[in-house]
Amino acid sequence: MSAVLTAPLPPATPGGGLLTGKSWSAVLAAIVVVAVLVPVLNLAVPAGSAFHLSEYAVQLVGKIMCYAICALAMDLIWGYTGILSLGHGVFFALGGYCMGMYLMRQIGSDGQYRLPMPDFMVFLNWKEFPWHWAVSDSFIAQMLLVVLVPGLLAFVFGYFAFRSRIKGVYFSIITQAMTYAAMLLFFRNETGFGGNNGFTDFKRILGVPIATPNMRMLLFVITGLTLIGFFLLARWLVNSKFGRVLQAIRDAETRVMFTGYDPLRYKLAIWVISAVMCGIAGALYVPQIGIINPGEMSPAASIEIAIWAAVGGRGTLIGPIVGAFFVNGAKSYFTQAFPEFWLYFLGALFILVTIFLPQGIIGLVRRKKEGST
Amino acid sequence: MRWILLSLLALVLVAPARALTPAQARSLVAGEVESRVAALNAVLATADDKTVALIQALSDDAVKITDSAVFVMKDGKGFDPVTGAEKPVPETAEDVVNNNEMRSELDAALASIKLFAPDDKVRAEAVKTLAGGDIGEAKLPLIEKAFAKENVPSIKEAIGRVRSAMLLGSADKSKRLDAANALGATGTPATKTLLLDRLKVETEPDVKSAVEAALRQIEARLAWGERLGVIFTGISLGSILLLVALGLAITYGLMGVINMAHGELMMIGAYATYVIQNLFRSLLPGAFEWYLLLAIPASFLAAALVGAVLERSVIRWLYGRPLETLLATWGISLVLQQAVRSLFGAQNVPVENPAWLSGGVDVMSNLTLPFNRLAIIAFAVLVLAGVSALIARTRLGLFVRGVTQNRKMAACMGVNTARIDTYAFALGSGIAGLAGCALSQVGNVGPDLGQGYIVDSFMVVVLGGVGQLAGTVYAAVGLGVLNKLLEGWQGAVLAKIMVLVFIVVFIQKRPQGIFAMKGRSAEA
Repeated sequence: MSAVLTAPLPPATPGGGLLTGKSWSAVLAAIVVVAVLVPVLNLAVPAGSAFHLSEYAVQLVGKIMCYAICALAMDLIWGYTGILSLGHGVFFALGGYCMGMYLMRQIGSDGQYRLPMPDFMVFLNWKEFPWHWAVSDSFIAQMLLVVLVPGLLAFVFGYFAFRSRIKGVYFSIITQAMTYAAMLLFFRNETGFGGNNGFTDFKRILGVPIATPNMRMLLFVITGLTLIGFFLLARWLVNSKFGRVLQAIRDAETRVMFTGYDPLRYKLAIWVISAVMCGIAGALYVPQIGIINPGEMSPAASIEIAIWAAVGGRGTLIGPIVGAFFVNGAKSYFTQAFPEFWLYFLGALFILVTIFLPQGIIGLVRRKKEGST
Repeated sequence: MRWILLSLLALVLVAPARALTPAQARSLVAGEVESRVAALNAVLATADDKTVALIQALSDDAVKITDSAVFVMKDGKGFDPVTGAEKPVPETAEDVVNNNEMRSELDAALASIKLFAPDDKVRAEAVKTLAGGDIGEAKLPLIEKAFAKENVPSIKEAIGRVRSAMLLGSADKSKRLDAANALGATGTPATKTLLLDRLKVETEPDVKSAVEAALRQIEARLAWGERLGVIFTGISLGSILLLVALGLAITYGLMGVINMAHGELMMIGAYATYVIQNLFRSLLPGAFEWYLLLAIPASFLAAALVGAVLERSVIRWLYGRPLETLLATWGISLVLQQAVRSLFGAQNVPVENPAWLSGGVDVMSNLTLPFNRLAIIAFAVLVLAGVSALIARTRLGLFVRGVTQNRKMAACMGVNTARIDTYAFALGSGIAGLAGCALSQVGNVGPDLGQGYIVDSFMVVVLGGVGQLAGTVYAAVGLGVLNKLLEGWQGAVLAKIMVLVFIVVFIQKRPQGIFAMKGRSAEA
């Protein structure tokens, strides 16, 4: 049984364009905020000023934008295709690790041991790089891997799972098992990814020091533009015929099959696209936060992505982005102010949203609007 | 019995014992190490009380010496080692210094004398000391004598091993042969290293082949012990998985509710056990041994109650929406974990095994079956029998099966389906609580207790097939044994990954699990 959303399909934009005029101006405004306003407020406005944006705030928003990309990817696969993945954290972490490998190589001989190998390899007494580090000193190759590794894993896993028509909760549980296995694998020192410490202490990216305000701002702008770009891409996808078929699969897969479509291809395609988006988000996350470790692969981290999408509102694209900001904003507030209440809050969020707010925040807003007109 | 033994011992010890002479005493404490060791071994065979006292004093660094006399020091006063009379100690007297070699010889000498002590425990301890150290052939006569006289079987066996080990180093070839054969028949990991050491230095070809044969014998036996050990730990893990998965087989398998908080219900069962344990300790310390008898129903009821509340308040609203159920129950699991942290602290809490569950049965020299694991296997079998009887033979079981197969029809027949849902969910939760109680006896009890098992237990249910108890049993035991076999081969982490990969591949072939429900449903 596939998850059937009670809401009707979100209305396609009148006039058949990608977005309405009003929405386009909103997107434009978002681009201006991310690419102009924030850099100016952070870099040009002096630190004492009331309008100054602190380093901490930039880092926090940058991090949440990476999460928002994940939530967007989750919306494509869950909100529009009805497949709940509990494995998106793995794709995110894989992208992050691919980026992290490159950053580790960029440390060069500036590590604790002053040797060309990363510290953890020196510690393990490895004399040469293992095979999967072969291209790690090339930026372009690693950036290709950021796309290829999550994409390939998703393709293989998805192909076998969808081919044998594993769906619904079964699929969710299998993806969780994959997550769990991946986490165990990356926790091992012998796997060659730094064990439970992961990668940290990055020094440079493309030869440029990484911890400078300018570099941080550049990464922030890239992340913001990527998020906006992915939003437009997702918007285009779900409004295309491809997207319509996905939504049909979500609502009645058997009927789609009997009408002559092969759900396998559609599901596999969106599954891989979604995984790649998460991988890229991970690659953007690591240089901003400065650490990647197997904790990102824990089943809990993956399931949290689903709650961002659910809180914001599934099947709306903008909702998951709102949800990611809302939940993570709340998280950074709670973990500072009342650390012991964060899990109560998160748990209650899971329960209340699924029971009372199946449409999420966006659904609530829409209902308000409809009520007032 | 004991006094007969005592007098016998006294006879054997005293009869040939010759009194310590001043010359002997002197040779023991003064001179080169080699000559002192030789003197020690010479007096050992015929040691009397005075000799033993002197050796003990030497070992305790309580002997002083001048050019002409030896003093055993006690409370700052000197005594003659031969007569036992107090003597004034001159200023010039010096401490006797023992190097490491002398010291180990002294310890070995004391241990071999203690082999004749009347107390079983002292003798057993002495054998252990001797087996641990490296003892010269000179003490062989003493060991032989102790071996002949010993009549507690376990100690006799241990002395026999020490004797064979000494004989293995003997200069006499036939003695070495006998020793190798004798060692082959008994077999512990310790004798194995002994034989291996001998093999390195042995030159005689036929002794060498005898040692090799003995080694093969021991290895074969040890290998069996190891194999059985792996299978036992596999079954033990399987029984734990079975306990965990049985509850899921009801909530997920029969009701179709995906309950991510199942692990936390186990945690509640484990904490209930902890609370009952503490209550017994403070209120009924005399009956502490039997706290488990109350903890078992308490853990069931605690978890079942929480389960019933959850079903009524949350899960009820999400029937037919499995993905939402998954998320909501995950939320519940977070809340429950944090609640336990707030109540009991984030640290693990100690749950003690009652005395009758600690220890184990020694089946082989390298295979011990711990009682707590055996008890869990038996417990899992009992719970399984109880659950299957409940489902197959009771009115409640009939209703549960009816509601599972056709909810509307069951409702038409007058079954209160909503109430049955609550009962069934409470039952599944209660079984999770029982699993938690069992787990508290073998592992840590902490807020994260359930997290480690949730993925495994879902795998068991998925592999076993939904709606079946038999499939759950086979899947649980099979996965447990497979996991431990792979663990021995590739290590714990890779084993777990291989098992997960195996399950994913298996699901490809049989998406319905080992035992599929028969039917023609297009929507699987």
